[in-house]
Amino acid sequence: MEVAQQEIPAPAKTKETVEVSGSVALLEALIAEGTDTIFGYPGGAIMPIYDALYDYNEKLNHVLVRHEQGGIHAGQGYARTSGKVGVVFATSGPGATNLVTGLADAQIDSTPLVCITGQVFAHLLGTDAFQETDVINITTPVTKWNYQVTDANEIPEVIAKAFYIARSGRPGPVLIDITKNAQIQKFNYEGYTACNHIRSYRPKPIVRKQYVEQAAELINQAKKPFVLFGQGVILGSAEQEFKAFIEKAGIPSAWTILGVGAIPTDHPLNVGMLGMHGNYGPNVLTNECDVLIAIGMRFDDRVTGRLDKYAKQAKVIHLDIDPAEIDKNVQTTVPVWGDCKETLPLLTELVDAKSHTEWLAKFNDFTQKEVEAVIHNELNPTTEEMTMGEVIRVLNELTGGDAVIVTDVGQHQMVGCRYAKFNKTRSNVTSGGLGTMGFALPAAIGAKFGAQDRPVVAIIGDGGFQMTLQELGTIMQTGVNVKIIILNNRFLGMVRQWQELFNERRYSFVDIQSPDFVRVASGYGIAGKSVNDRSELTPALEQMLNHDGSFLLEVMVTKENNVFPMVPQGCSVSEIRLK
Amino acid sequence: MTNTSNENKEVLPTGEDLGGAKQEFNITVYTENQIGLLNRIAIIFTRRKINIDSLNTSPSEIDSIHRFTIVINETEDVVRKLCRQIEKQVEVLKVYYHTNADVIWQEMALYKVSTNVIAEQVSVERLLRENGARAVVIRKDYTVFETTGHREETESLIKILQPFGLIEFVRSARVAIIKDSEGFNAKLREFERLEPGEEVIENEYLNQGQKVFTM
Repeated sequence: MEVAQQEIPAPAKTKETVEVSGSVALLEALIAEGTDTIFGYPGGAIMPIYDALYDYNEKLNHVLVRHEQGGIHAGQGYARTSGKVGVVFATSGPGATNLVTGLADAQIDSTPLVCITGQVFAHLLGTDAFQETDVINITTPVTKWNYQVTDANEIPEVIAKAFYIARSGRPGPVLIDITKNAQIQKFNYEGYTACNHIRSYRPKPIVRKQYVEQAAELINQAKKPFVLFGQGVILGSAEQEFKAFIEKAGIPSAWTILGVGAIPTDHPLNVGMLGMHGNYGPNVLTNECDVLIAIGMRFDDRVTGRLDKYAKQAKVIHLDIDPAEIDKNVQTTVPVWGDCKETLPLLTELVDAKSHTEWLAKFNDFTQKEVEAVIHNELNPTTEEMTMGEVIRVLNELTGGDAVIVTDVGQHQMVGCRYAKFNKTRSNVTSGGLGTMGFALPAAIGAKFGAQDRPVVAIIGDGGFQMTLQELGTIMQTGVNVKIIILNNRFLGMVRQWQELFNERRYSFVDIQSPDFVRVASGYGIAGKSVNDRSELTPALEQMLNHDGSFLLEVMVTKENNVFPMVPQGCSVSEIRLK
Repeated sequence: MTNTSNENKEVLPTGEDLGGAKQEFNITVYTENQIGLLNRIAIIFTRRKINIDSLNTSPSEIDSIHRFTIVINETEDVVRKLCRQIEKQVEVLKVYYHTNADVIWQEMALYKVSTNVIAEQVSVERLLRENGARAVVIRKDYTVFETTGHREETESLIKILQPFGLIEFVRSARVAIIKDSEGFNAKLREFERLEPGEEVIENEYLNQGQKVFTM
């Protein structure tokens, strides 16, 4: 088995030691791990670390956020665009509990993070001290690993483990809680050694040739093979290997919301999005294919709909790095567990070069039906009011598909992911598994720090924006260049849509009022504009993209528009509705 | 229990049909000795609203490696998924699950009764003889008995002692030894290597050969 790549220039262990504080050892460890940016917020129990940070200004860029939740979402955005581990600092008590939503989000979306929380002095643990919370136990269900440090001597080794665990295998968030005494304590520091092995932890299962051979045989016999791909392809940096595989085997491929961008939107084998608001063909044909090849995805209920009517006719091949995902929701015929960067080339070698022309044409037929019934009207509406889809269409025309698109949660997220054009991988940042409203604004800030040479556009609803709008302060202070589009339908749109469709239009508390967003932005020194008329849309988007610095563009869209197609909850994917 | 299979049940995929009724399963978990790991394992059950019937932690055959024995009443499908989630935890080395037929298991129970009542109404000696019990302590005011055995055995003595005013009863968690196991020493040596061999995660799926798929 291949062990995780260690590209960290670890200083050789020498017998000479220097006496440093736990805080300094922590910062040295971060630098050794390649950290350049920290998202954080100081407080009493993490003050010694912040005091040490004062002298590390040139090596570590600390971004002062306005709320710890903003800090961790920024860390997530950074990790998603850069492929590196996001680093977050917070103090004890409320600082730490404010991280919980982001930890849960990162855990379910497999985002590598190392969060450092301050903790009260070790001798005060369990005394209900000021700002003491049992952070380890609160965060256990939402972290890949967590650990409390009470002695500075532990810091180099624990941080090395934290980074190794966060980034290896199926990535995830790690939280290290450091008591204040350990931050202050001086100890003999022997230098930093990166971790590359933990005996109780196997990041990747061993690739078994037998399964690869069986999978290839199934694929070679298939008449209607269908590939479902998820974020695993991106997390494994296996985009090229994936493309080579589907191109050789000629298999139509559909993406989960986190897999989008692993191959370009306009790739001829990219047949669209899976799931509740995915495309028509991929959903219907899931129940018609003969071999289903799932790659780096976990059969989320929003993807599968009703499980007992999901792809029952198909043989299922599941490629995943996490053995616990195999057979979790969908019974597998052949499990190809392992890192898809290793398994895909093996599979590509064994599959026959084919082009399933007729089968692929079937997807295109469904696309045509969907265009006629839904897409054309959404992207080119003739109504007086604008639609969310047409905003995305114009944005595509202006960016050409090169921007990083960060979405929040709700209708605009579905519309954004369905219609945004992606040329490159690591271009879509969204809260997929947890569905965290308020994610997009802070995540966009982090995404920009993680991809400084790329334009970053956050697309947010009027509801979600108000959940974390305090992070406009972070934009103001850092001068980070983030473009913000608020698609304002004056409703909590997704809940409203469900209330319309399933609760007889009983619109219970979805009618949300908003402040004057442009004036709010202006208060933070951020330029902005609000448009209500189609004729203003293209010039406004051009102005936003060309503006030197952050810009907030509010677009007033139809109040009661629904996202279609839709697989209603409890229905099979083939029962997808076009209206 | 009806399942008399002696196979070691690994927690990797098998593809076999895992239907079936609920029954008692013994889950054996080899772990590092780490604060917080008990909670990490326990919440895997509680999150799914699954009751843990018995949980024991103890040292194992290897110094520094701990061994959990967890008993739950569930279907094999559920047990397998739970075991994979447990094995995923960073500080867990290996998880096995077995039916009662696949393990040698014991539980210990203590019973406190009034010495007067016992002396007057029933022969202590007869009680001990008939129930495989032994008296741990005999004082003027109370006597403490101990039995070790299966659930039914420890339970039957409760019924016997109840009429004589059973003052206190307590039963330990289950401990279980796997019949078909060569211990964990060889495995641990593999885990300690940077690149463990395939036998570390040997699995029965491979042996099914042709049964894997048909078209």
